Amino acid sequence: MIPPEFDYHAAGSVDEAIGLLTGNPGEAKVLAGGQSLIPLMKLRLASPKVLVDISRIADLSYIQEKGDWLVIGAATKVNDLNDSKLVGSSYPLLADAAAHIADPLVRNMGTVGGNVCHGDPGNDLPACMVALGAQYVVRGPKGNRTVPASDFYQDTFVTALDPSEILTEVQIPKAQPGTGGAYLKMERKVGDFAIAAVAVQLSVDAKGTVTRAGIALTNVGPTVLNAPKAAASLLKKKPSDADLLAAGKLAAEAAQPTSDLRGPADFKRGVVQTLTQRAATLAWSRAGGQR
Amino acid sequence: MSATVHGGIGQSLGRKEDARFIRGKGNYVDDIQLPGMLYLDFTRSPYAHAKITGIHPENALKIPGVLAVVTGKDLDAAKLAWMPTLMSDTQMVLPIDTVKFQGQEVVAVVAENRYAAADGAAAVDIDYDPLPVVTDPVKALQPDSPLVRPDKEKKSNHIWHWETGDKAGTDDLLKKSEVVVHQDLYIPRINVSSIETCGCVAQFDAMGRLTVWMTTQAPHAIRTVFALVAGLPEQSIRIISPDIGGGFGGKVPVYPGYVVAVVAALKTGHPVKWVETRMNNLMSSSFARDYHISADIGCTKDGKLTALKVKTIADHGYADAAANPSKFPAGLFHIITGSYPFQKAFVEVDGVYTNKPPGGIAYRCSFRVTEAAYSIERLIDEIARKVGMDPAEFRMKNFIPPEAFPFQSALGWTYDSGNYAGALKLAMKMIDYPALRREQAERRKKGEFMGIGISSFTEIVGAGPSHTFDILGIKMFESCEIRIHPTGKVMARFGTKAQGQGHETTYSQILATELGIPAENISIEEGDTDTAPYGLGTYASRSTPTAGAAAAVAARKIREKAQKIAAHLLEVSPDDIEWKDYKFQVKGVPEKSKTMADVAFAAYTNPAPGVEPGLEAVDYYDPPNMTYPFGSYICVVDIDKGTGQVKVRRFVAVDDCGTIINPMIVDGQIHGGLNMGLAPALYEQITYDENGNIRGNSFLDYLVPTSMESPHWETGKTTTPSPHHPIGAKGVGESPTVGAPAAIVNAVIDALSPLGVTNIDIPIYPWKVWQVLHDKGVT
Repeated sequence: MIPPEFDYHAAGSVDEAIGLLTGNPGEAKVLAGGQSLIPLMKLRLASPKVLVDISRIADLSYIQEKGDWLVIGAATKVNDLNDSKLVGSSYPLLADAAAHIADPLVRNMGTVGGNVCHGDPGNDLPACMVALGAQYVVRGPKGNRTVPASDFYQDTFVTALDPSEILTEVQIPKAQPGTGGAYLKMERKVGDFAIAAVAVQLSVDAKGTVTRAGIALTNVGPTVLNAPKAAASLLKKKPSDADLLAAGKLAAEAAQPTSDLRGPADFKRGVVQTLTQRAATLAWSRAGGQR
Repeated sequence: MSATVHGGIGQSLGRKEDARFIRGKGNYVDDIQLPGMLYLDFTRSPYAHAKITGIHPENALKIPGVLAVVTGKDLDAAKLAWMPTLMSDTQMVLPIDTVKFQGQEVVAVVAENRYAAADGAAAVDIDYDPLPVVTDPVKALQPDSPLVRPDKEKKSNHIWHWETGDKAGTDDLLKKSEVVVHQDLYIPRINVSSIETCGCVAQFDAMGRLTVWMTTQAPHAIRTVFALVAGLPEQSIRIISPDIGGGFGGKVPVYPGYVVAVVAALKTGHPVKWVETRMNNLMSSSFARDYHISADIGCTKDGKLTALKVKTIADHGYADAAANPSKFPAGLFHIITGSYPFQKAFVEVDGVYTNKPPGGIAYRCSFRVTEAAYSIERLIDEIARKVGMDPAEFRMKNFIPPEAFPFQSALGWTYDSGNYAGALKLAMKMIDYPALRREQAERRKKGEFMGIGISSFTEIVGAGPSHTFDILGIKMFESCEIRIHPTGKVMARFGTKAQGQGHETTYSQILATELGIPAENISIEEGDTDTAPYGLGTYASRSTPTAGAAAAVAARKIREKAQKIAAHLLEVSPDDIEWKDYKFQVKGVPEKSKTMADVAFAAYTNPAPGVEPGLEAVDYYDPPNMTYPFGSYICVVDIDKGTGQVKVRRFVAVDDCGTIINPMIVDGQIHGGLNMGLAPALYEQITYDENGNIRGNSFLDYLVPTSMESPHWETGKTTTPSPHHPIGAKGVGESPTVGAPAAIVNAVIDALSPLGVTNIDIPIYPWKVWQVLHDKGVT
């Protein structure tokens, strides 16, 4: 890569990083895994004067259950989700998504925090977080605040994050018996952003009746899209094929795709419908639902 | 037990060159560092067509480290603003007053380091006055189209018309044919996307001698072109092709960067390096294909082929910068009658200018052969369907039979040898074709879409015989020079240049067999015009058919002389010596023998009376004919109704490349080539919007398939040697790229044929299939 000149700071702590951000207003960008920022700098679409590297901050990388939450440090590598036994056994939605984010090279460098706070509608983890009902811990000069994932995404590359703030932790409701999820992604080739992808997270009771549903869509709108009508349509049901088809259609209606090299908008809606049906089927069976 | 020589023909010898490649010790152009070396970058045009009204380099020159800028006007002063293409068209090095495509090099910036060069390129201000753009070659032929090349005498975007065959006879026979299928096919613009982009380092020494390390597949031809264009004495030019990371035809042309680097080296007195980025490469290096084909094929009602007529519009961008033999502006496209004995055929091609990058090079194929093989193999499936015959049965019925070789095709080629039915039979056996058809029938009943596609292609490689083939007048011979040192070790040099093919291994295997010297005692060198004999380079699967032949012939010249020396050593007459079991033996007395190493030592220490000392030979090989490798591929696909995704379930590739020198390398070539056949069928394409903006100029959108997209390739071989090649070899690098796309597309169309589908233009993206399924009410 041949970017314009910039200054580089390796922050030793979150507070030091925030100090660097507030000290260089409008000119500084946080560098974590660099898998989105560096391509932008390569293209000279972004040319920050100052990079604040948070990847060396020791206590920002962890995956653990704590109280009612699964907490993930912002600098945790995406590949750590793949390697985590806890994620693999209890959070299938996350495990599905982590296995399909870009390619192994990117997953080894890219971070969970970077993926969720970059604001690219093509990032895969935001849909998971919305479907799971996750929240983000954000720290700024005035201290910590918590933002629900479903409120975080405002427009393409625009989030609730203030330029002087750093996302430090992702909090996901702890997996309970009778919960299951699935993430299905269709891509043109490995490593591509999704043509469309669908995250479904379900909770079912002992009879297999859906008690909670979250459905969110990747790369079919200006931001990750919540599909609450599609989710609500599954509630109080042991979803039949017709119910799943109906949920798929509602998800397709919630999508706001544009036509581009990945295909025309109609096609993308069709893919959302198909993937929603399939992901909901998989999520329901993973949650313990049985026909 | 018969005698063997270590590393001889037919052995899967490990690749010699891999010792450096797999350890990261290759030496590529960008590895070259010279004292005081400067770096070159370009400011490129954001417009596809515009008048340049002002160039302001002042801000660039203020950047620390930026030393100079070079513009088209500067070059014009030295008469270097334009250069000839290999097709005798003209192409800009840098523009004087108009730009012709988006991404065109406009101003060169020379700086002390790569970063300053890029900063400088970004800081050059250029004023443009946009002009109307034409990107569609059909529109470009209309009288009201914007004119791409007003500098030309002919005030139209039509470049040339080329035709061959019997037009009236073909029309007549098509009229009389009981079954005729008309099919339009578009073969999109793609880029070879070698892992190494193009680049060079240019250096003048104190005596004014120019050395250029360059990513070129044809260093000798480049030297001659430089001598002719720049007016430098040819002995004062040295072109070195170091290790090259893939060529596929993309490193045959001369690019503006090469020329500007030389000018910048002259202007600054420093060595200058130019290495393009991936985006530069996708935007402005030579593209391949972009053929708009319209074809009619006829047969009798019982499925006997009669006639073929093909009309094609070739989009060349703003200059015909193809790299075809001079006589053939559409390359060897007239191999389009393929594996079939048509009575009559006619082909015409019209070259057209548009506001796109120049080119028309190959993409791992021998001069438009993929366009031809894809077309005929798609057409065969469509006409078989119309007649109501199984596509395998239809091919079997129509193939040129083995006993008909040498066979004169309807468009004038003389095929050397072939057994097309043999290859298809083997492929059908490997994949169990009848079982697949039964499975397909079952799945169709369940509403599932499974398809089986066949491609029984014929290649034409090894350009080429001097009576027909030249590039800029230079005949397309090839060369080998062998020196056997006193200790029996060999240095052999060739006019070709490998870019990954493994020449260092395969050439030494040919020489091992011919000289009786183990392959590890043979070193191969290519690519340095100061040391290697003149040759036309490596592309179009020509190295084994031409240089491989030169190696065998030169080795046989050595053997002829060596026989005299052996006779001297054995104190018998040369007529009493025979070459047997890789040794010179006294006839009937096998225990009295001398090895080639014995002879080599004697050649320097104990020369035979009347025989020149030393043991060297050189051969410039003018092939008597092209070689015609062939194969039959069968592909099985499953289509996901919900998403339109095509999954290649199985792919069997039976290839026949004549004598196989190294089975492992041949398999590797086939695997790689199949992947590059999969690419245009399902993934790769460069498109432009109506303003000429390129879409897909990075690997984000230019979809090069990886190992993850690649199916498991199942390969098989038949061996039908070339009767005219010294060792019977035909060349193989490009066969799979040529043959695979039609097999894949035929499989997809076969899957969808119950819906009445007869074509989907490549690349077959999921959205195109979904659209069909949606329109037909399936999804």
